[in-house]
Amino acid sequence: MNVKLLFNIALHLLRARFKQSLVAAVGVTFGIAMFISLVSFMNGLNDLLDGLMLNRTPHVRLYNEIQPSKHQPVDFDPQYRNQTVIINSVKPKDRGKSIYNGKAIIHDLKQDKRVVDVAPKITAPVFFNSGTIEISGVVYGVDVAAEEKLFRLSDYVIAGKVADLNQSNSIIIGKGLADKMLMKIGDVVKVTTAKGNLSTFKIVGILQIGIAELDNTMSYTSLSSAQKLLGAPTNYITDIQVKLFDIQQAPALTKEFSKKYEVDGMDYQTTNSQFETGSTIRSIISYAVGIVLLIVAGFGIYNILNMMIFEKMDSIAILKATGFSGRDVQWIFIILSMIIGFTGGICGLLFGYIFTSIIDVIPFNTPALPTITTYPISFRPLFYGIGITFALTTTFIAGWFPARKAGKVDPVEIIRGK
Amino acid sequence: MAALVLETRQLTKSFYDPAPFEVLKKIDLQIQQGEFVSIVGKSGCGKSTLLYLLSTMDTDYQGEIYIDNELVTGKSDASLALIRNAQIGFVFQFHYLLTEYNVVQNVMLPGMKLGKYTKDEIEFRAMEHLRTLGMHEQALKMPNQLSGGQKQRVAIARALINDPLIIMGDEPTGNLDKKNSDLVFAIFNELVQERQQTLLIVTHDPDFAARTHRIVTMEDGRIV
Ligand SMILES: Nc1ncnc2c1ncn2[C@@H]1O[C@H](COP(=O)(O)OP(=O)(O)O)[C@@H](O)[C@H]1O
Ligand SMILES: [Mg+2]
Repeated sequence: MNVKLLFNIALHLLRARFKQSLVAAVGVTFGIAMFISLVSFMNGLNDLLDGLMLNRTPHVRLYNEIQPSKHQPVDFDPQYRNQTVIINSVKPKDRGKSIYNGKAIIHDLKQDKRVVDVAPKITAPVFFNSGTIEISGVVYGVDVAAEEKLFRLSDYVIAGKVADLNQSNSIIIGKGLADKMLMKIGDVVKVTTAKGNLSTFKIVGILQIGIAELDNTMSYTSLSSAQKLLGAPTNYITDIQVKLFDIQQAPALTKEFSKKYEVDGMDYQTTNSQFETGSTIRSIISYAVGIVLLIVAGFGIYNILNMMIFEKMDSIAILKATGFSGRDVQWIFIILSMIIGFTGGICGLLFGYIFTSIIDVIPFNTPALPTITTYPISFRPLFYGIGITFALTTTFIAGWFPARKAGKVDPVEIIRGK
Repeated sequence: MAALVLETRQLTKSFYDPAPFEVLKKIDLQIQQGEFVSIVGKSGCGKSTLLYLLSTMDTDYQGEIYIDNELVTGKSDASLALIRNAQIGFVFQFHYLLTEYNVVQNVMLPGMKLGKYTKDEIEFRAMEHLRTLGMHEQALKMPNQLSGGQKQRVAIARALINDPLIIMGDEPTGNLDKKNSDLVFAIFNELVQERQQTLLIVTHDPDFAARTHRIVTMEDGRIV
């Protein structure tokens, strides 16, 4: 098969029907450009939200769950060994929320090759006292340096400095909380724990995550300040937060760690399961829209090719009479279709790139996302690869059926028909 | 005796639509190298049908066809295409040039398909043929800029490009006036004289037929 010659014939046929071919190519261009724009934008959005969650959520969180003892005293009595025991009104056991031997666990985890870093944390439910009103909230006691490294806390601090947390009894409070209590940096806030301990903290910063529920309740202080607040010893921590090199391993490693250290564990995927669904749906939407547009473009090509074949019956007959086989003729029209698909597709990629580049610089300011200044776009070569593959596959399929028909044209019928 | 170029044995062809009808009935025909043969007969007696079978474009028949002593009956579409390309030159009543290509490109196309020579050589040969046919000055024109007689000469040049074993024509002068008709005959005659080109031409023109080596007369699907 002489591909160059078939290509040449395809080009000549195409030139003879230039306008229709152009319309068909524009259809493909439109489909691909839309696909690229959508996928890039949707993935930009996904990455942004991923980042939001990733920055705030540890890959593995180790803690102590409040729950009843697995083995009740009656289980140890040999008398009931082989009997079914029913106990009513079981109460959870107070193991305390403190992780036993937390420092040793952290030290051990830091040696693990799969772990990027580890940060301890204390979660303390408290009341913020403002005049006569008590607002319930949470104080997180964190290792300031580790928290900053793992979760980029400073990205969300809209006023003040994270480093100031290292001063004793200083606190960074959520923006919602600050607004409710009419407080600003430098003010002093009174905090009461569930057990009744009262402390005063100096506000050194305001924090905004972008999720009202959190901004209305949360606050950060240093580990030692939190321990002091709770009247707890200096080895008291309630959470160990682990960041992994490979987030996909989180569920497996969570199981491993919680077994090894005899604590409860929660992995990133479980924490953010509903969020994952959102990402998947966004991806599906962008692919679905792209494919639908391309199918429409494919029908356009199909129509134009059918029309062209109908108009070029004489040419097909003469090609066959002078020695082109049915297969040659079929290839001529497939190539023709692929030329339309390829040119249209490449232009589509180009326009897609231009569109997304424009979207990428459009300002997008929202107080909820302080780190974002423009619309999020994800530029990934993979999308462009998928785009051109889509274009070529669609046009190949759209071209294949008319081309087969052209290959089966009986030249005798055409020549006789004159 | 010269070599056999084309032979049919008991060639039979039927149409079934609208009613079963035998167009060709057990045709036995032999054509030798260098012969100039014409086929004549009443309209509708099956001349065109016979030519389409011989040109391998129509494969729906009974009996056997040999080209260059080789059985072509039952060969694949691709090998028949190659035979048409390399061994048969076809001239139709209605010129049938590709409107997308200019004159010389039209002539070159079967040569490019065969790929025996380089593009430059094929172009040179195409120009030579056009020159012999007095068409070299029109080489760069598009087909729609030519007269009927000129188109037919281009078609003959195209039929010649691969030095075919045999040139077949289905009333190639049927659509031309007397002057052009004579010109085409003169060209055919010259091909026979100078190149010992084998020709098989269907015609309804008794003058034309009378000047060929052999006249095959058909009647009712039979050779008489
Ligand atoms: N596709 C066809 N279906 C049915 N009958 C046909 C078909 N083609 C030709 N015929 C018939 O076959 C006979 C021979 O046709 P043809 O070979 O074209 O005659 P000629 O060329 O000698 O005038 C005619 O009677 C014609 O009507
Ligand atoms: Mg006829």
